Amino acid sequence: MQLIVNIIVLAAIYALLACGYVLIYRVSRVLNMAHGEIAMLGAYLLYTTASLFVANPFTAIAVAVVMSLTVGVLVYVLLMRKMTGEMVLAAILTTIAIGILLRGLIVLIWSAAQQHPLQALHFSNPSLEVFGGARISACAALMVVMTAVVYGGLFAFLRFGRWGVRMRAAGQNPLLAAQRGVNLNAIYALAWALSSLSGSIAGMLIALDSGLDQTMVVIGLKAFAPALVGGLDSLVGALVGSLIVAAAEVLAIHYIDPLLSDVVPFLVLIGMLIVRPWGLFGTREELDRV
Amino acid sequence: MSRPPRASGYFRTSYAQDLALVGTRFERTSLGVFILALLAFPFIASAFQLDLACQVFLACVGALSLMLLTGYAGQISLGHAGLMAAGAFTVGILFRETNAPFWITLPAAALVGALLGIIFGLPSLRLRGLYLAVSTLALHFVVIYIGGEYESRRGFSTGIVIDPPTLGGVAISDGRVWYFILLAAAAATLLLCVNLLRARSGRAWRAIRAHETVAEALGISIAGYKLLAFVISSAITAVAGALFAYYRGFVSVEAFSLFLTIQYLAMVIIGGMGSLLGALLGAAFVTIFPYIIETGLLALPGAQRYASLLFAVNYAGFGLVMILFLIFEPLGLVGIWHRIQSYFLLWPFKHRSASGSRR
Repeated sequence: MQLIVNIIVLAAIYALLACGYVLIYRVSRVLNMAHGEIAMLGAYLLYTTASLFVANPFTAIAVAVVMSLTVGVLVYVLLMRKMTGEMVLAAILTTIAIGILLRGLIVLIWSAAQQHPLQALHFSNPSLEVFGGARISACAALMVVMTAVVYGGLFAFLRFGRWGVRMRAAGQNPLLAAQRGVNLNAIYALAWALSSLSGSIAGMLIALDSGLDQTMVVIGLKAFAPALVGGLDSLVGALVGSLIVAAAEVLAIHYIDPLLSDVVPFLVLIGMLIVRPWGLFGTREELDRV
Repeated sequence: MSRPPRASGYFRTSYAQDLALVGTRFERTSLGVFILALLAFPFIASAFQLDLACQVFLACVGALSLMLLTGYAGQISLGHAGLMAAGAFTVGILFRETNAPFWITLPAAALVGALLGIIFGLPSLRLRGLYLAVSTLALHFVVIYIGGEYESRRGFSTGIVIDPPTLGGVAISDGRVWYFILLAAAAATLLLCVNLLRARSGRAWRAIRAHETVAEALGISIAGYKLLAFVISSAITAVAGALFAYYRGFVSVEAFSLFLTIQYLAMVIIGGMGSLLGALLGAAFVTIFPYIIETGLLALPGAQRYASLLFAVNYAGFGLVMILFLIFEPLGLVGIWHRIQSYFLLWPFKHRSASGSRR
C-alpha cells in the first residue's frame, strides 16, 4: 500500500514538472533544460516572501506565485525571444546557460545551505494516514491535489479558453496562426509563464515537504524523462509518463537498489527512445528514417 | 561556418600546394614562432601557469573531439562528460585491478571509448536534433551510475587514486614533462582532426550536417559516417579522460558531472561552431575564465568576504558569457578573430567587393 502511495506522490512531482516541459515544447519546439532551476528559483522566492510576510503566509504564497510567473515571462522576453528560429542546439544551449546562470545567482543570493521554507511559513507537515495503513505527509497530499488542479486547469484552458485555443494554434502551425492575427510573442511568453508557474508550484511543494537545496535541479532533469516517455507535446502523455517512470523508479528503489533512483528514469527514457522516440501520445514528427 | 579570410594574390598552382597545411611564408613563420613560444613556455612559467597550460591542452583534446562530432558532423551530444568518465574509469579500474601500465590503459581507454561511441551513436541513426541530445544525456547518467557503482562496490567511495605513469622506470610527475606530453597529445589530436576533416570522411560529415537526404542521394553512407564520427570522437574523448585521470592522479565520478559536458559545449560554442581553431580558442577561454574571475574578484576591496562566493560567481558568470555569445556572437571567438583579420586585410576599405567575395 505504501508503495502505491509513494508511486502516486512521485508521479505527481514528475507530472507537475513535466507539464512545464510539455507546454514550452508544444508551443515553441524549444526544450527548456533550465526547468529544474526555474522550479528551484520559485521555491527560493517562496522562502524569501515567507520571511518577508511573516504574519501572513498566504500573502507570501500569492506573491511568490506571481513572481514566478514574472520569471517565466522575463526569461522569454529577455533571452529566448532572440533564439526563435535558431538551430536546435543553440536554443537548448541557451536554456542550459540560463540554468547555470540561475544556479549561480541562487547560490549568490540565498547561499548553498539547505533552507526550510516550511518553518519560515510556520506551517506544520503532519503525517496523514490514508487507506490500508499507508502514510502520506500533508505536503505530499497537497502535491497530488495540486497536480490534479493544475492539469485540470490546463486541460480546460487549452480546450475552452480563448488564449488556450490560440496557444494550440501557435503550436500546430506558427505561420498560419500569425496570419490569423495570433500574437506569437504573447503566446510564447504565456507558455513560458505557465511553465514557470507549474514548475515553481512543484518546486515550492517539494521544498515544503523535504527542504530546499541544489538537489532540486536533478529532480528537474529526471522529470524530463516522463515528459518524453509520454510524448513531448502531449499533456495526457506527461501524466501517463509520470506514472510509468515513477512506478519504475519506486519499484527499482524498493526491490533492487536505492542507488538506482537517479538512473531509472533515464533507463526508461532510453528504452522509450529506442522503441518509440516520439513517446506514447506524442505526434510523430520529423523523426522518420532517412 | 566562416573561412579564414585571405589577402588577394595567393593562388594554389599545384596539388602539393593544395595539400600543404601551411601555405605562405608568413604562415610558416608565424607558426614557427608560435611553436617556439609553446616550447619555451614551461621554462619561464610558474608552476601555476604550467598547470593552467596543461589544463588547457587537456581541454583542447576534449573540445576538438566534440567539435568533430557537433561542429562538423552536426550530431548533438550531451554525453561528453560520460565518455570522459568512461576513459578515466578504464584507467582507474585497470590500474587498480591489474596494475596495468599506461601503454595498456590508454589504448584500452580508446577502445572503451570507441565501443561506447557505437552505443552513443546508435540512437543517432534514428533520432535527430533534440531527441539525440536527450538520448546521449540519458547515456551520460548511465555511465556515471556504473562508475559510481564500481566506486562504492569496491570500497573506493571517495575516488580511485592512480600512481603517476612510469616511462623507462622513471615516474612522470614533473609539471614540465606533463606539459610536453599534453602538448603532444593536443597537437596529435589537432593533426588527426585536420586530416580527417579534409579527407573523404570530413566531406561526408559536412554533407550530413548540411542535409541528410541530399547526402544520402550523393551516395554517402549516412549510418556509417554518423557512427564513424561518434566512434572517433568518443575514442578521443575517452583518451582525454584517461589523460585527465593520470594528470590528476585521481578518478572520481564527482569530477564528471553534467557541468563538465556543459563546459565542453561552451568551448565549442564560444570558440565558434565548425572550426577547429574555434575549439582551441574556446578550450583556452573556458579553462582560463574561472581564474580570470577569481583574480578579478580578489582584486576588489574586501576580498575575503567574496572568497566563499567564488564558486557561485563562477557559475553565474559562465552562464552569462555563454548567453552573450549565443545571442550576440554565434560565430564565436573565431568569428571575432576573422573579422579582425579581414579588417587589416581590407584596410583602408571596409567591405570586400561584392563580386570578389568568396564567403
